Amino acid sequence: MPGGVRVVHYLNQFFAGIGGEEVASHPPRWFDGARGPGQLIARLAPGWEVVGTLAAGDDYVAGNLDDAVPELLAVLREGLAGRAIDVLVAGPAFNAGRYGMACAALCQCVHDELGIPAVTALYPENPAVDSYRRHVVMARAGADVMDMRDAMQRMLRVAAARVAGEAVDATSADTITAGFRRNYFADDTGARRAIDMLLGRLRGGAPVTEYPMPVFDRVAPAPGIGDARKCSIALVTSGGIVPRGNPDHIEAANASRFGEYSLEGLDALSGETHQSVHGGYDPTFANQDPNRVLPLDVARAFERSGRIGRLHGSYFVTVGNATSVERAKRYGADIAVRLVNEGVQAVVFTST
Amino acid sequence: MVKELERAGLPTSHVCSIVPISKTVGANRIVPSIAIPHPLGDPAKSPAEELAIREALMETALRALERSVPAQTVFEKAES
Repeated sequence: MPGGVRVVHYLNQFFAGIGGEEVASHPPRWFDGARGPGQLIARLAPGWEVVGTLAAGDDYVAGNLDDAVPELLAVLREGLAGRAIDVLVAGPAFNAGRYGMACAALCQCVHDELGIPAVTALYPENPAVDSYRRHVVMARAGADVMDMRDAMQRMLRVAAARVAGEAVDATSADTITAGFRRNYFADDTGARRAIDMLLGRLRGGAPVTEYPMPVFDRVAPAPGIGDARKCSIALVTSGGIVPRGNPDHIEAANASRFGEYSLEGLDALSGETHQSVHGGYDPTFANQDPNRVLPLDVARAFERSGRIGRLHGSYFVTVGNATSVERAKRYGADIAVRLVNEGVQAVVFTST
Repeated sequence: MVKELERAGLPTSHVCSIVPISKTVGANRIVPSIAIPHPLGDPAKSPAEELAIREALMETALRALERSVPAQTVFEKAES
């Protein structure tokens, strides 16, 4: 890697050493030099200097991207105090949803507003990937912090290429592709390449394509129910609200199951009866009053006043924290079958 | 999960704090909530104010379920 590169590193409150979930609403802050995993940068990329570290809380940024990102940019400018940098790197954020959104949104803003390269590193299933892949250069990271060193190395290689003015190599295992097509001159005509592909298949080879089709998984909206006063409505949440003691041992992250729990005889949730087991947000407020995540009190009041015909007798819950898309799809489909069989007509789904 | 519920024919309001994620993943009826650790409440407010916030969000979520939508729609707070 070329030496003499001046870099600013973005971290969330946890990796910057400010604190854990209890300070997830921490506003943007500047530190001179490297913090936490930023100390890897000078080791993995000799000659690179971490001028400073920009940090902010996960909730502060992801909860309000429109205001928080310009604020981050202002704190960055103030911290630099006129000093020039060559590149900004953010993360790696692995499969952390809030952190990933913050990293990607900041990279887009830094690139567009300051005109310098900005690179983050994300796990391919991080929701920030689909939100920002067309605007932000992304290196590939593993699902969790176990991959810190390798993910940082991939991010720095991609950043070095950007600093050198090279195009992103979409075929490299370091990068997550942006989904753009670039024209190039092939050595053979399309006819010859197509015949070669066919012969490859006839010889038993794996199918290859020059144009992988993008996957758009969109679902047409289900028709409206007309009048909720005549309908049975169910509550479902990915916010990890379970009966105290977590009887089914739903995991705080990467949940391997969902739970179904009775609401019979309950007018509201309370900290005595229910708790949050979600590992991706500070559960203090949800534990004080679980209705803040699963609004049973209001749903019951609406049932009594006739605003809804009936509240379904149980609710469904899982933890939407680094849970894979494949598992979430399965949980959703399983819950849907049960609700339809029970005559439920619509769902209020709450997420943290 | 929200998409699978809709796929099965159950209209589903997604009450959530990070709207861009819900949009990207493809929820059809999105209701923006208060904050990540307390989507349907606000500990800084009085209990009565907090209950009113929660009622307003649930009312918005119900109106989103009652209507048919042609495509992904973000429902801001219902007019009372």
